[in-house]
Amino acid sequence: MTTTVPVVERVLSANDAVAAEVRAILDARGIYCVNLMASPGAGKTSLIERTVTALKDEFGIGMINGDTSAAAFDAERSQRAGAAAVHVNTAGKCHLEAAMVRDALRLLPLEEIRLLLVENVGNLVCPMSWKLGAHANVLIGSTPEGDDKPYKYPKMYAGVDVVVLNKIDLLPYLEFDCERYLGGVEALNPGLRKFRLSCRTGEGLEEWIAWLRQQVKTSR
Amino acid sequence: MHELSITEAVLDVVLRHAGGARVRSVQLTVGEWTGYAGESIELFWQELARGTPAEGARLEFRFEPATLRCRGCGKEFPVNGSGLECPGCGALGGEPAGGRDCTVDAIELEGGSGT
Repeated sequence: MTTTVPVVERVLSANDAVAAEVRAILDARGIYCVNLMASPGAGKTSLIERTVTALKDEFGIGMINGDTSAAAFDAERSQRAGAAAVHVNTAGKCHLEAAMVRDALRLLPLEEIRLLLVENVGNLVCPMSWKLGAHANVLIGSTPEGDDKPYKYPKMYAGVDVVVLNKIDLLPYLEFDCERYLGGVEALNPGLRKFRLSCRTGEGLEEWIAWLRQQVKTSR
Repeated sequence: MHELSITEAVLDVVLRHAGGARVRSVQLTVGEWTGYAGESIELFWQELARGTPAEGARLEFRFEPATLRCRGCGKEFPVNGSGLECPGCGALGGEPAGGRDCTVDAIELEGGSGT
């Protein structure tokens, strides 16, 4: 004899609950948290270095770097730029989960931090499904990836709050149609915040920095 | 390897609702927006469920296609990778609608009922 038990539970509800816990910890301390997502090589760590360098004298910055391996190159780069960084080895998992962030928070000097940057694992498929408790989900795209990315990864682009298009210094060498790219982003996610910049030349960075500074100032 | 985490989460939900009873089968809905592949979940399931009351339980998948709801005319249309244009009015994009979630819908237990 068997019995069928109705369940109807979202599989990720447990992760969502931990993400809410993370958000409560952050809000209690007035920490503004950004979840940075991108494909490998889009420039997550470069943008972090630039951001930390520009803002570290104004307020304390914490970093959580997610990586699929124990190689802590990215955390080291963030640390050199002046952030308190924790490396999270996801042991092969292709995204960060809320519990990983919650555990990493215990290793950071939270009382000194106003801005927390979370570098997710380089991947455009699943990180968006796993909420982390961040205040802003940011997708970094880059021009060499091609202008079709919003059309191919609609879930990522539909779910984020901010899109940063990096490597605009390469536009003269690429067949990248900014209108097509940004049009696709806008179609999936009308009115979201968009930045165009180059971490290499510094062009356009000031707007991103100013926006982030404003978010931190108004979050407390 | 996103199916490893999702399969762990599926097993958590199943064991919590099984209340210690042996699990015969699990009914799952997998939305296409999640990007999860059934075969991969199946593979991890066999490994992860071993030694638990859900060992050997059969997974029954219901796949739900990813759709967008047009902001212009309200039509719901599938996202198939070829474009984001609404077949109804030609507007570009829309709000993600069907196929966004992965849920455990029901479990079949041996003997009496679970929780």
